[in-house]
Amino acid sequence: MMKSSMIKGVALGALLAAGAVVAPASAQDTIYFSNNAYRTGPFSGSGIPIGDGMRDYISMINERDGGVNGVKIVYEECETGYDTKKSIECYEQVKSKTIVYSPWSTGATLAAIPRAHVDKLPILSMAYGLSASADGTSFPWVFIPPLTYWDGASVMVKHMAAELGGMDKLKGKKLGLIHLDAPFGKEPIPVLESLAKKYGFELKLYPVAAADMQNQGSLWLSIRRDRPDFLYNQGWGAMNPTAVKEAIKNNFPINKLVGVWWAGGDDDARAGGAEAKGYRSLNFNAAGQDFPVIQDILKHVVEKGKSTTPKEKVGENLYNRGVYNSMLVVEAIRTAQKLTGKKVITPEDMRRGLENLNIDEARLREIGMAGFASPVKVSCTDHSGHHKAYVAEWDGAKWTRKGDWIEPMKEEVRPLIEAAAKDYVEKAGNWPKRTESCEKSS
Amino acid sequence: MPISEWRTDDHRIQEPECKGEERMSDVAAQPAPSLLANGWIRTGLITAAVIAAIAIGARIDPSGTIHKVFVDPFQQMVEAPDLLAQTVWEGLVSGVLYALIALGFVLIFKASGVFNFAQGIMVVFAALTLVGLHEKGVPAFLAVILTLGVMFVLAATIERVVLRPLVNQPDIILFMATFGITYFLIGFGESVFGGNPKQMITSELYLPKGAIDAKILGGLVSFQKIDIAAAVIASLMIAALAVFFQYTRIGRALRAVADSHKAALSVGISLNQIWVIVWFTAGIVALITGIMWGARSDVSFALEIVALKALPVLILGGFTSIPGAIVGGLIIGIGEKLGEFYWGPLIGGGIESWLAYFIALGFLLFRPQGLFGDKIIERI
Repeated sequence: MMKSSMIKGVALGALLAAGAVVAPASAQDTIYFSNNAYRTGPFSGSGIPIGDGMRDYISMINERDGGVNGVKIVYEECETGYDTKKSIECYEQVKSKTIVYSPWSTGATLAAIPRAHVDKLPILSMAYGLSASADGTSFPWVFIPPLTYWDGASVMVKHMAAELGGMDKLKGKKLGLIHLDAPFGKEPIPVLESLAKKYGFELKLYPVAAADMQNQGSLWLSIRRDRPDFLYNQGWGAMNPTAVKEAIKNNFPINKLVGVWWAGGDDDARAGGAEAKGYRSLNFNAAGQDFPVIQDILKHVVEKGKSTTPKEKVGENLYNRGVYNSMLVVEAIRTAQKLTGKKVITPEDMRRGLENLNIDEARLREIGMAGFASPVKVSCTDHSGHHKAYVAEWDGAKWTRKGDWIEPMKEEVRPLIEAAAKDYVEKAGNWPKRTESCEKSS
Repeated sequence: MPISEWRTDDHRIQEPECKGEERMSDVAAQPAPSLLANGWIRTGLITAAVIAAIAIGARIDPSGTIHKVFVDPFQQMVEAPDLLAQTVWEGLVSGVLYALIALGFVLIFKASGVFNFAQGIMVVFAALTLVGLHEKGVPAFLAVILTLGVMFVLAATIERVVLRPLVNQPDIILFMATFGITYFLIGFGESVFGGNPKQMITSELYLPKGAIDAKILGGLVSFQKIDIAAAVIASLMIAALAVFFQYTRIGRALRAVADSHKAALSVGISLNQIWVIVWFTAGIVALITGIMWGARSDVSFALEIVALKALPVLILGGFTSIPGAIVGGLIIGIGEKLGEFYWGPLIGGGIESWLAYFIALGFLLFRPQGLFGDKIIERI
């Protein structure tokens, strides 16, 4: 009897021990990635397609490849409603679990930057956030590929010059900046002011309060009075379709209204109806379904009912932007795995992965993204890469590429970024000095 | 019914409109009148000061602040009257739409003493229901009728589930309950319709598109047909409400409830029915507002923020007056557009969002109860 109890006890103990051994092994086979999303609130029109693209790409990697090098990614969203307070709550909730923080708002990025440098959690603010954070020496934990808002503003100036017939033709012209009256909207102002001074054009600012995103009547009266030659729209959410509608209503030449890449949603342009044909937006990813990566998402995720995205929405511009963002995350994980030799990486490893990101044309082809985006390379000192963008044009039904890729004015932007980073560090007081070493390849 | 009307220690006296003559029930509590206490004298003095400043400004340095504030904008108005006309027209249209939103608040406040914070989301909810039903294949006008049905069900549900159990509670509790309704409708709406913006079914409802460009005042003044339609529909709506309140049996009952809940009860008027009717009427106003705002921009949850523009309108026009909502809406609409266009650039623009409150607070200096609001005097 006693012997039988002992056997049972040993068996139970063995079972528990096995469980204890198995459970952590199971947890170690996954990588947790939390993404801030806003599927609710006034900015959901922009937030939903991006969130869908991000989620579906990760699902496709898990379904098609069984994860990244066999490690599945556990993807979760933290709903913020584009509210910085909620974004910080999300940061605090996930900082001990996620390998990278994905703020999806410039305000949230600004709030997270000081925290992330203490918590040693990398931030990936893809083409948004603090432009100065492209300086990897001052901001070792923040990454802003493929380009910053300051690069975008310089691309806009180059596009305006090209339309006018050369950089020398900028003199005496007027560029209007319609911008959300929030950190995101104000980001390009310093570089536009600097370029206006250098090239002799006038910069007019048209701020839009969040409460007046759908009530832009008087702003457009001011535009009518000032008669700018071009308008650059640093808008987001409900502000964009209203701007397109108001431009049409006020007979502003629609092909001279150019949005930042976030103002290039399909719904933004569609709101203007047939007259929105010709509306332009900067872009760094392609729209459409004619890419192997998008076809794989359709095959492995959407058609299998593993996504809530309607099939016809797959391939829209902002959806593909979300796909691109998740691709950067996955490629950074791969790079970190290669650098460390580990399968399950830590946030510190992820930082190294992001810092050594190098996606060339060959790699883009391998991952089914040839022609989808331009190559991206991040380095120890340059956390953006200041890569090319192009001007997309709405043809009445979809976004198409107009013209070649345009290099940002790196020679103008980079010194401003380094000066702004220095200024940030000085004002922050006890800003931690970079102790993270650079890889040889970086 | 507001609790203050039910309490045995009722100490509030709500006075009717008194056509220029102030009625005070407690003369002893009134402070000694001073010349400046008269609103019209104060207005006259301030106007004189402004004119004097303009006159002085005209003689001083054109690049100086006084010149920029007091002279430049008026010069611009004279030099480009077409832009002035366009600005006033834009303000007029916005004002009519603000008035429509404010009307929804006033209707409910008059009949139940509840400040309905949910009016903004009711606008979004009604517009989303209409567009959502149409997306499901329901013909446009049938969708309008079905949306009205949904707004009726919403009104009845709110009366049964929220208002009736809270009868006899302080007004602030009812106010907070409308916050609850707001957040419920946001969540429910997002679950049912999703967060994506939707386009208003403008052509299906035979609402006009395009603009009438008039070459007047030495320039071009553009009148959007949808804006003209909004102004006409809003005016018809207001006229219909006036007739409804004035000449129908239910309208008279609503006015009776507005004047005195106790008296209305004593003659057999059912408060519960009245509340359903009034919330349903506010729902109809919300649907029309949603269609008009949706046609101008998009139908999205951001419209709820625009609806908050009704607050300065209410401060200005008074919480209990339908003419107040209309006049207040027009003053705020035109005032903020003129302010943003002529004075906004002086301080970097983007002043529209707070200028409306500034204008309303300016008016409060002279008429604390709003332009047409009931004067409430409390004995202390």
